[in-house]
Amino acid sequence: MGMKGILGTSGTEGFGRQKRLWSVLHIDPVLLLLLFLLVIPGLFVLYSGADRNLDVVKAQAIRLVIAFAVMLVFAQFDPAVFRRWAPWLYAAGLAALVAVLLVGVGAKGAQRWLDLPGLPQFQPSELMKLVVPMMAAWYLSRYFLPPTFGRVLVGLAIVLVPMALIIEQPDLGTSLLVGMAGLFVVFFAGISWKLITAFVALAGVSAPLMWLFVMRDYQKQRVLTLLDPQSDPLGAGWNIIQSKTAIGSGGLDGKGWLQGTQSHLEFLPESHTDFIVAVLAEEFGFIGMLLLLGLYLLIILRCLYIAACAQDSFSRLVAGALTMTFFIYVFVNVGMVSGLLPVVGVPLPLISYGGTSAVTLMAAFGVLMSIHTHRRMISA
Amino acid sequence: MAWGEFKDTAAERRLFQRRALVMLIFVVVMLSGLVARMYQLQVVEHETYSTISEKNRVQVQSIPPPRGLVYDRNNVLLAENRPVFSLMVVPERVENMDQTLADLQRILDIPENELERFERRLTERRRPFEEIPLSFDLSEQDIATMAVNRHLFPGVEVKAELVRYYPHAELTAHVLGFVGRINQEELQRIDPVNYDGTNYIGKSGIERFYEQILHGQVGYQHVEINARGRVLRVLERENPIPGEDLQLHLDLRMQRKAHELLDGRRGAIIAIEPATGGILALASVPGFDANKFVTGISVPDYQDLITDLDKPLFNRALRGQYPPGSIVKPMLAIAALDSGATTRDETIWDPGIFRLNEGGRVWRDWKRGGHGWVDLMDAVAESCDIYFYEIASEMGVDVMYQYLSAFGFGEDAALDVSGAQEGLLPSREWKRAERNQPWYPGDSVNMGIGQGFFLATPLQMATATALIANRGAWVEPRLLKDIRGDGDVKEALPSEYHEPLILKNPDDWEYVVDAMEAVMHGPKGTARRAAEGASYRMAGKTGTAQVFSLEGEEYNAEEIRERLRDHALFVGFAPADDPEIVVAVIVENGGSGSSTAAPVARAMFDAWLEELPAVDAGVLVGNSEQAQVR
Repeated sequence: MGMKGILGTSGTEGFGRQKRLWSVLHIDPVLLLLLFLLVIPGLFVLYSGADRNLDVVKAQAIRLVIAFAVMLVFAQFDPAVFRRWAPWLYAAGLAALVAVLLVGVGAKGAQRWLDLPGLPQFQPSELMKLVVPMMAAWYLSRYFLPPTFGRVLVGLAIVLVPMALIIEQPDLGTSLLVGMAGLFVVFFAGISWKLITAFVALAGVSAPLMWLFVMRDYQKQRVLTLLDPQSDPLGAGWNIIQSKTAIGSGGLDGKGWLQGTQSHLEFLPESHTDFIVAVLAEEFGFIGMLLLLGLYLLIILRCLYIAACAQDSFSRLVAGALTMTFFIYVFVNVGMVSGLLPVVGVPLPLISYGGTSAVTLMAAFGVLMSIHTHRRMISA
Repeated sequence: MAWGEFKDTAAERRLFQRRALVMLIFVVVMLSGLVARMYQLQVVEHETYSTISEKNRVQVQSIPPPRGLVYDRNNVLLAENRPVFSLMVVPERVENMDQTLADLQRILDIPENELERFERRLTERRRPFEEIPLSFDLSEQDIATMAVNRHLFPGVEVKAELVRYYPHAELTAHVLGFVGRINQEELQRIDPVNYDGTNYIGKSGIERFYEQILHGQVGYQHVEINARGRVLRVLERENPIPGEDLQLHLDLRMQRKAHELLDGRRGAIIAIEPATGGILALASVPGFDANKFVTGISVPDYQDLITDLDKPLFNRALRGQYPPGSIVKPMLAIAALDSGATTRDETIWDPGIFRLNEGGRVWRDWKRGGHGWVDLMDAVAESCDIYFYEIASEMGVDVMYQYLSAFGFGEDAALDVSGAQEGLLPSREWKRAERNQPWYPGDSVNMGIGQGFFLATPLQMATATALIANRGAWVEPRLLKDIRGDGDVKEALPSEYHEPLILKNPDDWEYVVDAMEAVMHGPKGTARRAAEGASYRMAGKTGTAQVFSLEGEEYNAEEIRERLRDHALFVGFAPADDPEIVVAVIVENGGSGSSTAAPVARAMFDAWLEELPAVDAGVLVGNSEQAQVR
């Protein structure tokens, strides 16, 4: 295939040594470069979004270093290890999610954290973003693909159980991302289009039921606010109005770094966390947004390429699902900040302030690098 | 691979790659959607959001001009601006309003009515991040308490505001009027630009009449604010033009004197300087504390004021409409002489009763048995009713109306006194229009002694008397003496529009002044007791206004309950030949003008002609007896 050709034809003598170095370290240099291109300018945007608070930038830089370290660690494992461990990790994850509901700690009416003695505080739901697609891939790739209807149902159950537990916390954003990760596995496994159509139809029918029985009041409010932000311009609609104003006022080339009035005068809420893309859009304009989205597209392209190159179904499914999860992050966050989607707590990957999501995301990239660098050179 | 089932790895790879291609297309389409959204917001709708962003950032704040001060003729401050500290709340910045209010009430004493008003305003439409006043006029203790606890109350702040203060509260309330919060109705007529940032407007008196001059011109500043409404920096500033200070003709000492003289009674005193028309004193007693109205009077306080039988809010000097009674006799004497209805030599026999025709209705003189032979001079001095019945029926309503109009009856002749009533000068036309009746000769007889339909305010009585003091030259009464600053008094005051009253024989003025002097100094003058011991000559006329009429019967004032007794009236001026002060006095239910009202006027004359000049000359410091001796 053409894709394999690109990989096979690369390399002079010196480049070959370099290549060997990368493969010893189990790093994909292209992906690494793209990630650096995203993360380093991201720190500058964060500096502005945090209103020139250098401490915030330092803290985030340390987290990113940790996250890159985690990526490196994950990249060292053979994908087979992930496959073997998938069921056990999944079981442990479910247990942790149950534990969160029973003894978890948290803030703002949601229990998301587990504070086990001897371990740092962590969010089991974050871990599930990796574990759920692995588990689904583990199950479906045991059999021939595309899966039978029964196996699809089992695959869906694997996804829905942790989703339900995370919704209970409640944490709609994470639950959505975990669910999407799992569903993408089922999709990549080759579930028939008829079935996809049927599920989409089912989802359409069950949406009103979700509205009535599952969604919390504040979640409903967010959806209503999205439809008509002016209905409550000082309350729930404030975020959307102010972030749209920030984005729109940026214009073609932006107001300039640190010159965004919406964020620096505190009109824009959460300007260094979930709404940071509005800061970027205000200060760097449409051109800045094109560069950002272009960079994300390049990362996704590289990751899909890695997935396509993978040598076994488990790796392909995991790689494909993690890539699409990353995309969902981008789409949901930018869509939310620009007023296309309701406000859900999804950060802009690798730019928003916050450690947990950065670590999980980089771990996912570690898995992708692992898949890419542990290929057996069949042709060689 | 040991998965127990046959797997076609090549087919699975192809399947995955097809799916990956679908996802790739999906990703590109979705990202294009985001790009399109960004294009829409940042390029297509850029102008709109730019404007919103700019509006967010830059706020135009108006700076209210400080209100002009008011001084009396001796530069005594009558109305000033005092910083008052109010508790302001920005609801957007308060996390839990109920809790905050409850906590505030624990440490401060917020009156119930202010709390209610605040909660009402909370539900009304307003700009985001606009402050709402919660409590006015905080005490020093409250300010200190808030300073200590400020960190506990985000969104609650103490704000200083200049608020009108009247240091001589009750003395000046009826002259100056007062300012108050702008109400809905006033909002309709004021210039919204100039009053942006102004919370108060003149509601009555001088404050209302000279509102424009006192208010000044609003200033502006463009400020950069953050989302919490905090001003970060001033971008541009245009200072307000302060309101101009006014100096009034009023003499606070005369005003105080007038209040002292009427203390415990109900009535009004007007004192005018005839040469300038300047109002020296305008007292309506009882007065009220105008300061209570400035930031909003409490309901119980207001209830007390409006249910008070003495009606302290009622401005008797300007709005009290009384039958002028005998005090119109000097004016009618002028009318009778000038119209030829009588002459100086004409005498009549006063038997104590008057009939228009034989066996008809009887009009009585106030003096049982009559005054005997009287001429016009005697008729004024002794206040002979019969003589005036005669000349009134001789002149008829039309002639009397013509002359009395020229004296300013039936109109608001003052230049800058707001809210003055016009009284009622009856005429043939008026009676036809209002009562649908013809004018009867008997109506003219009543009018001849200032009774019947005839009504006049104390201000009108003083104005008409001033015309005699000025021998026919009109000088309209006014309060404004000077404007400090650029303002021109002539421009600020309405133009003087009265024609002088020119008599066929100008000497008739002197004749009538002599008659009024006889009231005070003559052997039979009705107010001769009030003028005893005076070092100067004065001219005056007593009067009695019936509270209700007892036709054809005599009655004993003592038998009637106090509030049904006649009102005592007096008008006069002094010195008689070169008047420096004109006074009109009404003491409600005071009985007779000669015994009650005339001494009050005498005290006003003494104060203006002797006591105050003595004080001014420094002859006398705090010893008023010497002034009397002089």
